[in-house]
Amino acid sequence: MLKVLGAQIKEFKKDSILTPVFMILEVIMEMVIPLMMASIIDDGVNAGNLNHIYKVGGCMIVTALIGLWAGLMGAKYGARASTGFARNLRKAMFENIQTYSFANIDKYSTSSLITRLTTDVTNIQNAYQMILRMAMRAPASMIIAMFMAFSINARLASIYLIAVVFLGCCIGLIIPRATKHFRQVFEKYDALNASVQENVSAIRVVKAYVREEHETDKFARANANIYNMFLRAEKLVVINMPLMQATVYTCILLISWLGAKMIVAGGLTTGEMMSLLTYCMNILMSLMMVSMIFVMLTMSYASAKRIAEVLEEKSDLENPKEPVKALPDGSICFRNVDFAYHKAGKPVLKNINLDIQSGETIGIIGGTGSAKSSLVNLISRLYDVTAGELLVGGIDVRSYDMEALRNQVAVVLQKNVLFSGTILENLRWGDLEATEEECVRACRLACADEFIQRMPDKYNTYIEQGGTNVSGGQKQRLCIARALLKKPKILILDDSTSAVDTATDAKIRKAFAEEIPDTTKLIIAQRISSVQNADRIIVMDNGQVAAFGTHDELLETSDIYREVYESQTGGNADFDENGGDQ
Amino acid sequence: MAGQGMPKGHGGPRRGGPKPKIENPGKLFKRLIGYVLKNYTPHVIIVVICIFVGVLANVQGTLFMQTLIDGYITPLLGSANPDFSGLAHAIARVACFYAIGALSAYSYNRIMINVSQGTMRNIRNEMFQKMESLPIKYFDTHAHGDIMSCYTNDIDTLRQMISQSLPQCLNSAITIISVFVSMLVLSIPLTVVTLVMVSLMLFVTKKATGLSGRYFIAQQKALGAVNGYIEEMMEGQKVVKVFCHEEESMKRFNELNDELFDSAYNANQFGNMLGPINAQLGNLSYVVCATVGGMLALGNITGLTLGGLASFLSFNKSFNMPINQVSMQFNSIVMALAGADRVFKLIDEEPEADNGYVTLVNAEEVNGELRETPKHTGMWAWKHYHKDSDTTTYQRQEGMVEFDDVDFGYSDEKIVLHNIVMYAQPGQKIAFVGSTGAGKTTITNLINRFYDIQDGKIRYDGINVNKIKKADLRRSLGIVLQDTHLFTDTVMENIRYGKLDATDEEVIAAAKLANAHGFIERLPEGYNTLLTGDGANLSQGQRQLLAIARAAIADPPALILDEATSSIDTRTEKIVQDGMDKLMKGRTTFVIAHRLSTVKNSDCIMVLEQGRIIERGTHDELIEAQGKYYQLYTGNAITA
Repeated sequence: MLKVLGAQIKEFKKDSILTPVFMILEVIMEMVIPLMMASIIDDGVNAGNLNHIYKVGGCMIVTALIGLWAGLMGAKYGARASTGFARNLRKAMFENIQTYSFANIDKYSTSSLITRLTTDVTNIQNAYQMILRMAMRAPASMIIAMFMAFSINARLASIYLIAVVFLGCCIGLIIPRATKHFRQVFEKYDALNASVQENVSAIRVVKAYVREEHETDKFARANANIYNMFLRAEKLVVINMPLMQATVYTCILLISWLGAKMIVAGGLTTGEMMSLLTYCMNILMSLMMVSMIFVMLTMSYASAKRIAEVLEEKSDLENPKEPVKALPDGSICFRNVDFAYHKAGKPVLKNINLDIQSGETIGIIGGTGSAKSSLVNLISRLYDVTAGELLVGGIDVRSYDMEALRNQVAVVLQKNVLFSGTILENLRWGDLEATEEECVRACRLACADEFIQRMPDKYNTYIEQGGTNVSGGQKQRLCIARALLKKPKILILDDSTSAVDTATDAKIRKAFAEEIPDTTKLIIAQRISSVQNADRIIVMDNGQVAAFGTHDELLETSDIYREVYESQTGGNADFDENGGDQ
Repeated sequence: MAGQGMPKGHGGPRRGGPKPKIENPGKLFKRLIGYVLKNYTPHVIIVVICIFVGVLANVQGTLFMQTLIDGYITPLLGSANPDFSGLAHAIARVACFYAIGALSAYSYNRIMINVSQGTMRNIRNEMFQKMESLPIKYFDTHAHGDIMSCYTNDIDTLRQMISQSLPQCLNSAITIISVFVSMLVLSIPLTVVTLVMVSLMLFVTKKATGLSGRYFIAQQKALGAVNGYIEEMMEGQKVVKVFCHEEESMKRFNELNDELFDSAYNANQFGNMLGPINAQLGNLSYVVCATVGGMLALGNITGLTLGGLASFLSFNKSFNMPINQVSMQFNSIVMALAGADRVFKLIDEEPEADNGYVTLVNAEEVNGELRETPKHTGMWAWKHYHKDSDTTTYQRQEGMVEFDDVDFGYSDEKIVLHNIVMYAQPGQKIAFVGSTGAGKTTITNLINRFYDIQDGKIRYDGINVNKIKKADLRRSLGIVLQDTHLFTDTVMENIRYGKLDATDEEVIAAAKLANAHGFIERLPEGYNTLLTGDGANLSQGQRQLLAIARAAIADPPALILDEATSSIDTRTEKIVQDGMDKLMKGRTTFVIAHRLSTVKNSDCIMVLEQGRIIERGTHDELIEAQGKYYQLYTGNAITA
């Protein structure tokens, strides 16, 4: 995992190495300064030697300047290394996600991908900066101070060694426990926030049932629980503080007592003792710092793992070695096709055999979960068949260049999305070079031109993120127009007119028949009216083709089709002008 | 979305914009402190005392260092037979001080956990409680992400501030004051020198924070842009694939990502610089004081002794440290105040107004008179209390709803419903039909007062709904929204939501009525199956059945139904329809109809267009009239 992440440091390797180098240099300067301070007191102030004060003071200023320089350099390289690392991580993740197949995308929820690209990367950026700047600095500071202490007086300095081991053990006992508690409490915390989210989106239900108090009570209980868990975790952490102080103070007192005896016995000077005392703080503070870094790193561990997952995910579709670039025609042929979303999972399509001629209009109908979408998704190789073969234009889809295939097989997905930008920009997703006239023509075909012309800025109207400022029906028509601009050989509409009123729906179908007769059209729909005029209709049931034929044939032969037909033309028909316009 | 045709917060994620300036940080700060003190005054007093004691103990420790050498070691050096008992005594005394210091440090840290976590808990509770009381309009006009970030980001920065920054600052302040006093006593000129250096430090800090602040804002802006782009692209990743748009989306992403890198790099760099600069300025201050002090002491100018200078220098060191610490905390305090500002804004929102006084009570009929009863009788009555005559009257609840020339708009300038007049007799079924945006959902939202009307009157059983307590009004109206919302809990609890004290048997009975029993039984754990993520593991139809069951168990006399239009397959649709029909039986029902069967069976059909009722009547009457309804009906019939 660390290797996967580490590979993204790339051009910031130099910064990543220089940061700790400068940090250590700063530490060294920092360690020298107490020596000089002691000297100012001992040989300058106490000895009444002003010259010495000037001299050492001058040295100290130079040292301070070097320290400053090192500190600033450390700040600069540290910032560059960590933010650059974050940039590379984001870029690598985003790039890798672009190669994901539908199956890969399905594995992660959208919100989880977003979190990984945003919050998790920020966590890692902060952790990385801390590693570079602190994780090196603290141990270095400890080691140098220890070294200095030992060089002054090894016997007294061994007190520090004991103290460090003692404190290290205590921290080692406390921190893992505390992190465990913290992890638990953060989980609960997330759950609490999830329930707030739920309340925000379901506020109408809460209010309709007058459950405000009930929800508030529920929240208060969960909140109290979190409070208690936080207390438990933090109670452990605060023990660190007095423990550390007690150790520091014990050291100071021991050194004072033993040191005094040594001085009297002539084995130590007072100045040396003062220096020893200064290093005491340095050593133990650094140890504390190391433990804190440890806590923070364990907290970012989860983020690192989530990022690595995204980076390590390999697309399960690959372009063939010598790809075919062009579709000869728009014919589609399924031969004994089985398909399952997971290799070992339950097959959702079983033994599909279909022959569709180029230029035919095919309706597809069937209940939810009958695998209509799965069927059409195979055609543009959004997923690979598990068994059998699927020929488009007489050639196996796996032989095509994926980009070429998808450019010639246009799919209007069931869950479709418009992007922020003008209508024209959105349309040009279909064809980057499309002229405005071509866009207008596509919109006429998709019956979108009529409402676009009514908008104040017409084709330059800005679409908000997620297309929130157009209605469901308008969105669907724009998506159809966008797909038409590809001038595809095969056009697949996956329930793409559900929010369009029946009259417009009929108009769109008529336009298709007249304007793009050579394009093979596959239309999935719930409404029987959307498919009944198709050349042939596929009736899907439970992953299998239950029937395939014209409207009249199916009325005779297929019970399922007849049932659907009767229910929709009888008492249960849709009434609306605008169907499910959302 | 339940609120179709409603103004929504198009603001997008808040991280998109630069942080707004806090208007009155002082006032905000005071209010925040007030929050802490409200429940934890004794705690805070103890904390302050502990910090004070701790600082004093520390000062004692520092002083001991001075006397250790002069007072004990140097005299002992000369003596042939050194007596360490005095030193032992002194060390024992200092050990006591240290013990007190450590103890008080522990105590205040320990108490601060309760204070900070407790305050956070209280603020969260208050925020949630307030949020639940806000009118629907608030949720329409505020992006949900923004509301959420109050609970996550803002609360987190607040916690940091209360638990770390505040005690740290307090500690530093006390240290600064006590050290400052000591320094003044030792030498006034040197104190002045120190102060000059400190003001230089503060000046540099201010410059640096100002500089990094500018980059920080740029960073937030760039981060917002990157995050927004990520959100949009991840949402549409499948579309990107279908259109082979990977490269274009990468290109834009790289641009934004590089911009973010530039600003983040600068913001971090300048942020990081503050520490080393201040540390070295501290060292500089030390040298200057030593030099000036040395000259003063040796020249014997202000009566400063060498021992005094040594002490002063050690104070100089302990003076700079807390000032550094405070300046480090400054940034996090500013951020926390920005968070507090947003939290308080939520807390300060006007709750849903409710001036109603008519309540809904269980009733029984004794000798032809209605009387209130604590029992569940299945009979309900409106309880009026008349202030002027100090009498209480009861009126049977029947479910008659009346709109009297109602106008409504989400804002006063833009009226979306005009002159709505309609009556629903108890038990009648009223259907609303019309195209999207005609105002169907809006009308139903007025009955239970999700929104208040601009003009006209809505009466329930003849009582103006403004006079009915909102809770009681809503309790008398069941509602099944087009978009089903389920809660993270078991199926059983989700249905029970309609009536909290319902027994398991009642829940099952309601599920049976709603035709939900069948599929629930087939779930892995039946009624105890846990639903998560708004029931993500259920199909659209199943979710709707649960919503119907939830309304059924509440057993309200009147109902508002929004029929689903989404792609449910024909069989499930029939089951849902059947469940709804059973639920509607015998209740006054307002239904936003999408299905012919529902419309046909209605007692009255309202045809809406652009916020007006343009036609009304039964199916047959409307067909005969050959108006809009006829068009809709036949338009459908031709293609069907």
